[in-house]
Amino acid sequence: MNTEKLLFSGFGGQGILFAGKFIAYHGLLSGKNVSWLPSYGPEMRGGTASCGIIISDSDIGSPIVSEPDILVAMNLPSLDRYEGSVKKGGIIIADSTLIERKIVRDDVEAIYITATALAEENGITPLANMIIAGRLLSILGKYNKTEIDEALSHVISAKHADMIESNRLALKIGAEK
Amino acid sequence: MAEKVLMKGNEAIAEGAIIAGCRHYFGYPITPQTEIAAYMAKRMPKIGGTFLQAESEIAAINMVYGVAAAGKRVMTSSSSPGISLKGEGLSYLAGCDLPALVVNVERGGPGLGGIQPSQSDYFLATRSGGHGDFRMIVLAPASVQEMASLTIRGFDLADKYRMTSMILADGTMGQMMEPVDLNFEIGETYDKPWAARGTDMKREHNIINSLSLVPEELEELNFKRFEKYAEIEKNEAMWEEYLMDDAEICVVSFGITARISKNAVDAARSQGIRVGMIRPITLWPFPKLPFKNAVSHIKEFISVEMSMGQMIEDVRLATECRRPVTLCNRVGGMIPSPEQVLASIAEADGKEADI
Repeated sequence: MNTEKLLFSGFGGQGILFAGKFIAYHGLLSGKNVSWLPSYGPEMRGGTASCGIIISDSDIGSPIVSEPDILVAMNLPSLDRYEGSVKKGGIIIADSTLIERKIVRDDVEAIYITATALAEENGITPLANMIIAGRLLSILGKYNKTEIDEALSHVISAKHADMIESNRLALKIGAEK
Repeated sequence: MAEKVLMKGNEAIAEGAIIAGCRHYFGYPITPQTEIAAYMAKRMPKIGGTFLQAESEIAAINMVYGVAAAGKRVMTSSSSPGISLKGEGLSYLAGCDLPALVVNVERGGPGLGGIQPSQSDYFLATRSGGHGDFRMIVLAPASVQEMASLTIRGFDLADKYRMTSMILADGTMGQMMEPVDLNFEIGETYDKPWAARGTDMKREHNIINSLSLVPEELEELNFKRFEKYAEIEKNEAMWEEYLMDDAEICVVSFGITARISKNAVDAARSQGIRVGMIRPITLWPFPKLPFKNAVSHIKEFISVEMSMGQMIEDVRLATECRRPVTLCNRVGGMIPSPEQVLASIAEADGKEADI
């Protein structure tokens, strides 16, 4: 029985909820049970945004992620707020373009990725979130083209189908970094 | 296997309603249920239905009253403060024996309260949503799948018994996404010869009105309605039992807190504590049978809820106060953790049995 608890966090507008939904869909298409729970406080309007995702072989009880196995932090307030909550032996992925400080915890694996800068360099500025999602999938050993394409087709509506290619590129950049 | 889609609980309610044949939605936005209205706004025009954002919650429930009188499936949705506003309409619907579906995605109160999840409208839903002697069928989903399936069930029960069904969910259930299988068998359709939709000059008028100035007649109407309620209590209670066979401690919980409690029950079991759970799915009628069966071997019941202790009264009634019932709760938008529930279970486990 394997259960992964993930917490995506950042500020409103970075695509935190979208990247989380993509990861959840990816899990669903891999035949897992999944849950996705966003924060929906007033802070979403311009402040911090977060969502907890659980991907499991067994039924999911509580959908609340209070002690994540993996934390994605895309801005400093999120890292400050959630660093302490990560499970011992867990992983923290930080967007080091936007977060200048180092991860303090020494009992977790710290991964830095200049996601925002990489997105700009590659002409896909809004997609730092998906660069991190790509990195996350490769860490989990789940960077798999078929499921990625299928998950993208579920989270990107037909109206925005032209965005699929750039999302695919972002995932690839993240996975290969 | 049919393909599952990832949906928010609020969206699953809206899609469930559409599957059930509801083509009339009236509402007014309020967090954390606004996705229901947003979904209906998008879908209803495409399927020949009506989406209308009313000027207030009171207007919306009265629009529901009108469509229900015309014999069509109809719904409204809101969150706690908005449901209070609908109280008058709920009472009139009951007084006219009209079927409707009302969704309450609860948030912390009282007053304007907060926008985080809560279960503190249990009394409002199960005791009375308005003035006068009346009941609503209250369904409490604990998964996004149930947000859809119980909405469909709610419409069926509403039509079958000519009364309001309420979906009692909370902000967490509304906002979370889970995979949903939307292939449902649609139940029977109900003739509505009582509906006011034109006589074609072939019959007497159907009069739908809750005013009844002759006390003898009004008393008779109340008696009749309560015969119907007794029938519902006998036939329509729904619940889930988890690890109850050899349990000595019983956690009672519904909706999101049942999900959290399940983690705690599993953790306690792994420590060798004999604990199980009863999850009421209908809050009215409250499922009495599993409690009647449990009293013989349960030494303590723990009511886990996001209120100051509302369902706990139904647990005491269902067990006829023959065993202690303790409360494990958080309120105001706070959610109990599995650890908090586990601590309550461990405390109960440490007590001497008094059976």
